[in-house]
Amino acid sequence: MVFGTGSSSTKSTKGVEEVGGNLSVLIVDDDPIILRIHRMMLNKFGLVTHVVENGKEAVDLFRSGSCFDMVLMDMEMPIMDGPKATQELRAMGVNSMIVGVTSRGLESEKQSFMGAGLNRCHEKPLTTDIVTSLVQELIKHY
Amino acid sequence: MERNQLHRQVANMRKSLFDQGFLDEQFIQLEELQDDANPNFVEEVVTLYYRDSTRLILNIEQALEKSPLDFTKLDSLMHQFKGSSSSIGAKKVKLECTQFKEYCKAANGEGCKRTFQQVKKEYGTLKKKIEVYFQVDGRRWLGGVAISGGIALRQWRRINIRRDGTGKGASSRSGVDWTGGIEVVRI
Repeated sequence: MVFGTGSSSTKSTKGVEEVGGNLSVLIVDDDPIILRIHRMMLNKFGLVTHVVENGKEAVDLFRSGSCFDMVLMDMEMPIMDGPKATQELRAMGVNSMIVGVTSRGLESEKQSFMGAGLNRCHEKPLTTDIVTSLVQELIKHY
Repeated sequence: MERNQLHRQVANMRKSLFDQGFLDEQFIQLEELQDDANPNFVEEVVTLYYRDSTRLILNIEQALEKSPLDFTKLDSLMHQFKGSSSSIGAKKVKLECTQFKEYCKAANGEGCKRTFQQVKKEYGTLKKKIEVYFQVDGRRWLGGVAISGGIALRQWRRINIRRDGTGKGASSRSGVDWTGGIEVVRI
């Protein structure tokens, strides 16, 4: 486990802690269980999280001027799905890191989602190892 | 029941849930997220799962009553339920969901109906087992337990106790009144 909160932190985790509090993540998912789990995982890194239940709410947030360093985008959602929301965000000029999450295991489906403008795509629920690598990648850009 | 005995009971129950295939690695991921600031995280997530999935199960049941069956819709509904079940590590439930989806792909209505009964059976079995596990695990956190004739006197340490301002409170788990630092619980 890389969740360091004290003197036992590894160097890389300490780096996450220093930056973590300044980084924000928008979690876009209609599954309340996934929202709870992913929010918990990201909060442990000190990331500030905000949740919405579909792609349209995500797009509306950015359109209203909100800004997030990373977006965790579910693939299948009512009203507006992940691929459509991702396309709209990229068309608006949003260059935040957008990570797709899907319960669809087929590589072809993940590739199709990637084509909408994702930086990465993973199966859900995310594991702590994957969240660690996401946060480390996010830090690299700062 | 002495604390060590309780610890062993909890450990054995937990091991049994994994050994019998009811839970998988994802449950461990949830346990690893639990900490002092969120001591009931696993139970909260599992409770959320059982609350949320009631709706999904009802939707699937209703869809299975239609004629002709809409296998695309059935597959989509079961996909959601499978995803939720995976999130808490409900291994056997997930396996039955996968089988159901296979029958949807094959447009096998009887197979879907038969497998759905298995889904509900595994779902119900896990619910019973995990409820008992959380109950016993909750007692593990208490100190100073003494048992006499089915009544336990214990000092309540759980942080989710509600207080009504008069010094009396009720446990969020058993609805038992208590005063001061001693609680009487029927077990």
